[in-house]
Amino acid sequence: METMTETNDSQPPKQAEQAKPATSPAAYLMVLLMGVYLGILFSKSEVAHWQRIHDMFLFREAHMYLIIVTAIVVAMFSMQVIKRFQIRSIEGKPIKYSPKPYHTGVVIGGMLFGAGWAITGACPGPIYAQIGGGQWMALFTLVGALLGMFSYAALKPKLPH
Amino acid sequence: MQWLMQPWPWWLSGILIGLTVPLLYLLAGKAFGISTSLQEIGALCSPHSKLEYFSKFDRKANLWTIVFAIGIAIGAFVATQFLSADPKPFLPASMESVSGAIKLLVGGFLIGFGTRYAGGCTSGHSITGIANLNWPSLLATVCFFAGGLAVTWGLGGWLF
Repeated sequence: METMTETNDSQPPKQAEQAKPATSPAAYLMVLLMGVYLGILFSKSEVAHWQRIHDMFLFREAHMYLIIVTAIVVAMFSMQVIKRFQIRSIEGKPIKYSPKPYHTGVVIGGMLFGAGWAITGACPGPIYAQIGGGQWMALFTLVGALLGMFSYAALKPKLPH
Repeated sequence: MQWLMQPWPWWLSGILIGLTVPLLYLLAGKAFGISTSLQEIGALCSPHSKLEYFSKFDRKANLWTIVFAIGIAIGAFVATQFLSADPKPFLPASMESVSGAIKLLVGGFLIGFGTRYAGGCTSGHSITGIANLNWPSLLATVCFFAGGLAVTWGLGGWLF
């Protein structure tokens, strides 16, 4: 039961802040550097190139499939090592994966995203890479993605989950 | 060093992209995923929104996703400007038109709506999720390809 004493609507909920530790300036710097690392990779591997995505969906070349499978295998092996030796982050925090749950949106949303990926030649990361790489038309993709995100935010209560 | 300026082979690209998962955990304590940055932008743009999708979202804890996105853009700039002998455009020339802009806008809409409804994209579901043996992420990935293949083979003649 909820007690009515000391409720103050102007205060934001506190539990979320306690559950997730604050990001330190050093962690922000690492995040930025990892972003740069990935942006270079998205460009040099050409996974942010429309033609590569198109040729993947047409089964014309194995390039994208090989990259995705290799990345998954390397990430999977790394996670096993992290778990096996209980490796912590450099700030001493335990590393724990929070599983993404199943719901209807995984299927419907997944297929809608796949369609968008095939049309634009970009998933969310490559959108930022294309813009950074000077492909200004990708700003339309970003604006579209933001409109899609806002639409989902508005429709979420009515959609099956 | 000549190879550095050419497109990188799939095995090198795959290994280095896969290493993003442990590196991001080890160096910053974050789970690799990019589409949450869209929600963070939405939440920052509408601070007084009554929609639960924004009001219950922890803007502060997820601010790093935008820093990550900015880093990706900087990295792509560096790669295009300094690490490419002959940088290829990311999009086909046919996209630089009104019809191209409409396609990108509609496709982008599907990306934003779809990834947020599915709870992740290629990074959060296909790489991080499958690597952690999370079965809904494997299902999501199958659906990504089902949607992409359906559009490419079903509407390809009309779209491209």
